[in-house]
Amino acid sequence: VPSVSYPVERATLANGLRVVISRDPRAPVVAVAVHYDVGIRSEPEGRTGFAHLFEHLMFQGSVSLEKMEHFRYVQASGGTFNGTTHLDFTNYYELLPSNALERALFLEADRMRSPRLTEETLANQIAVVKEEIRVNVMNRPYGGFPWLLLPPVMFDTFPNAHNGYGDFVDLESATLDDARGFFGRYYAPGNAVLSITGDVDVAEALRLVERHFGDIPARPVPQRPSLAEPDLDGQRRDETVDQHAPTPAVSMSWRVPDPLVETDAYLPYVVLAEVLTDGDASRLRRRLVKQDRLVTSVYGHLSFTGDPFEVRDPDVLVLTAFHPGPSDPVVAAIDEEIDRLASDGLEPGELERVKARIAARMFGKIEPILERAQQLAVLEQQRGRAELAGELPGLLTEVTGTQVEEAAAKLRPERRALLDLVPGAQRNGETT
Amino acid sequence: VTTTLAPRPVPLLAPPKPMAPLAVAKQRLDSGLKVMAVERGGAPLVELRLRVPFVSADAAELARAALLSETLLSGTQDRSNAELASALQALGADLNARVDADRLLISGEALAAGLPGMLALLAEVLIGAAYPDDEVGGERGRLVEELKISWAQPSVMAKEALLQRMFGTHPYGRDRPRPEQVAEAGAEDVRGLHGARVLPQESTLVLVGDVPADQAIEHAAEALSGWKATGTPSTAPPVPPIEPGPVQLVDRPGSVQSSIRVGGAALPRSDPGFAALQLANMVFGGYFSSRLVANIREDKGYTYSPHSVLRHASGSTTLQVDADVASEVTAPALLEIAYELGRIATLPVGADELEDARQYSIGSLALAIATQSGLADRIIALDRSGLEPEWLQEHHRNLTTVTIEEVAEQAARFLAPTKLVTVVLGDADDVEPSMRTLGEVIRA
Repeated sequence: VPSVSYPVERATLANGLRVVISRDPRAPVVAVAVHYDVGIRSEPEGRTGFAHLFEHLMFQGSVSLEKMEHFRYVQASGGTFNGTTHLDFTNYYELLPSNALERALFLEADRMRSPRLTEETLANQIAVVKEEIRVNVMNRPYGGFPWLLLPPVMFDTFPNAHNGYGDFVDLESATLDDARGFFGRYYAPGNAVLSITGDVDVAEALRLVERHFGDIPARPVPQRPSLAEPDLDGQRRDETVDQHAPTPAVSMSWRVPDPLVETDAYLPYVVLAEVLTDGDASRLRRRLVKQDRLVTSVYGHLSFTGDPFEVRDPDVLVLTAFHPGPSDPVVAAIDEEIDRLASDGLEPGELERVKARIAARMFGKIEPILERAQQLAVLEQQRGRAELAGELPGLLTEVTGTQVEEAAAKLRPERRALLDLVPGAQRNGETT
Repeated sequence: VTTTLAPRPVPLLAPPKPMAPLAVAKQRLDSGLKVMAVERGGAPLVELRLRVPFVSADAAELARAALLSETLLSGTQDRSNAELASALQALGADLNARVDADRLLISGEALAAGLPGMLALLAEVLIGAAYPDDEVGGERGRLVEELKISWAQPSVMAKEALLQRMFGTHPYGRDRPRPEQVAEAGAEDVRGLHGARVLPQESTLVLVGDVPADQAIEHAAEALSGWKATGTPSTAPPVPPIEPGPVQLVDRPGSVQSSIRVGGAALPRSDPGFAALQLANMVFGGYFSSRLVANIREDKGYTYSPHSVLRHASGSTTLQVDADVASEVTAPALLEIAYELGRIATLPVGADELEDARQYSIGSLALAIATQSGLADRIIALDRSGLEPEWLQEHHRNLTTVTIEEVAEQAARFLAPTKLVTVVLGDADDVEPSMRTLGEVIRA
């Protein structure tokens, strides 16, 4: 497996803002990402979906910008933008021609200084977010499956278990005071990482960062509460009815080691997920899709949001399968295959080919500078080591077959949460 | 500290960097296959795209084509499906095939050192895909189930309804087959179709990545020398004119949103008026800073992600406007969309609006080709339109000179509501009465 090293320059401003800059002059473009250490798992009870709603409000104007101006300044510079809300962070980013670097920094600093929060934009964005939830969850088959529907089976505490897109009642109850409080508490410069990747002069970029972010007043940074929950001590199984789905599906999850504290123990699970589900050569596809013809597709990954290196503890390995027939034979076959891996071990060559594919995918994922800027930001924020972006494929190649087999042996039914998705039409037709 | 919250001036842009010309190596092999390669670092990978012209005459043939793309990698004389997949994986590679209205597109990537191996495996399936009976039978069942899931997605249902409304029984009137038609396709059909359609003559291979371009082309020429020209590639018949008419309502009981789709004809990239039409579409609904987004999202909150795009196929370019809106505002949203279309078709755009759209479009050219996969995607998409990669520079120049008058001319030709057709997918009983207050509605 080849190795790639991304240069990382870092700085911390007097107000606590951490900065990572990675120069890549191959194309005349630059990516700017700001990651705030606040996400779905930070929401208070009664305010499900608030982290995401607040992300929308951050685009609605700021100290120097009217509503719509943020979008306009980015796009009139030839750039694109977005923001995304994750379990453990919320990010905002721009990808632009590199002559627009200073403008992008200005736009991010302006809303870090203070977003413009009004009753009008709050009501407007509550309506927009409701349409987002309708299009992505309520009006389509398998909406939110499993990422919104499995956590409440797996976890007991509100931060880990609740619906991160939000209940409509909670969204409609959100107030400007909530928004001001949320900003004050979580959007301090010291709670953020600013990441710049692309065609920049590092010294000049640092000077611009200082110019635009330097006088944002420091504020206290909130302590992260522990979100720890004990492992399951018996299988949990639940069922959800999907009125739009034509065929059933099943999803299951197991706890995995702490991604940050126990990285060495965590990496084998990353490899395991690929051994089980990556491509036609994987264990579960060969067995369930090709041999038994029980499922139409099967997916496996770490974390409910699919990225193994953007979450803190508690984290999970998730397997999801879409199956035309009943789920019990599917679950039984998955258990058999996991047992077979744990007891008989990997086949000759299996580990090496899986690692080659993982490395290619990881390199590919962060080849675009926008994805790289975000990866560097989250690794710096959670692990203090942006350099891991280039090192992770190499670290994964050090995982041994024994470690993968031992990880497989931990995926026992009694440690599992399992959710059956039942098509609404089918459910209504049943007489039992 | 009060000065901290005083508004500050937005910084000006630094001088733009010129667009660097693309160094694309090209070679047409004896078989007629066109190979293009670009060396691009960034990751130790190489991206592969192979476009094979593939027009399905009718719905049944599209179903056979879909089964072909699903089983292209299911085995050869020498290797089973699992052996092929393992061999690819060992190269860090992934290959997948899909078929649409006018092409078979094989896409993939590999660790750069794996390029010769990936090309050899590609050649093996292009020349010798065996479509074993048991594999095709099993995959057919799976594809049927996957298509059932796909056809339950409102986005798919709405798109297919609009294509059919615009193009009827023409091949461009459908993008994916119905499950019941796939259920009737067999392995023998697929083998026959492969022999008739998977031909090198009019096909194009694009390789972009961390491999010198000349070397990439040499590898391709060597690996694919056995893929011989035979038969005649398929081409799409001329598209019929789009006939305007009443709004078509497709019932999806239980929907909580209506999927509004508006479509019409547009100019191809090669037309001298294309840049002006592109900018007209931008100002209307082609990006976030557009009138459509400002109106029905940021002002009225009717929808999350309204947008308007120009879609390019080999023999047709279309305009498509999408908005998924809350059921209760279906009629008001249709009214606002028609208003914005009518406005841009009859009134000149503002100078600032044009300038913003121009800068965005020019910037997008640079962003789109800044990555290995983005560049490969862009080259193969231009090739589908019959254009060389060098068209990007030409288009860049065209964008810089478009005037307000040229935008007005193209907007009047292509964005006028009278030229467009509208399909709405939603809970018909719920939304039809209010839709009728605006005009005629026919149920599909």
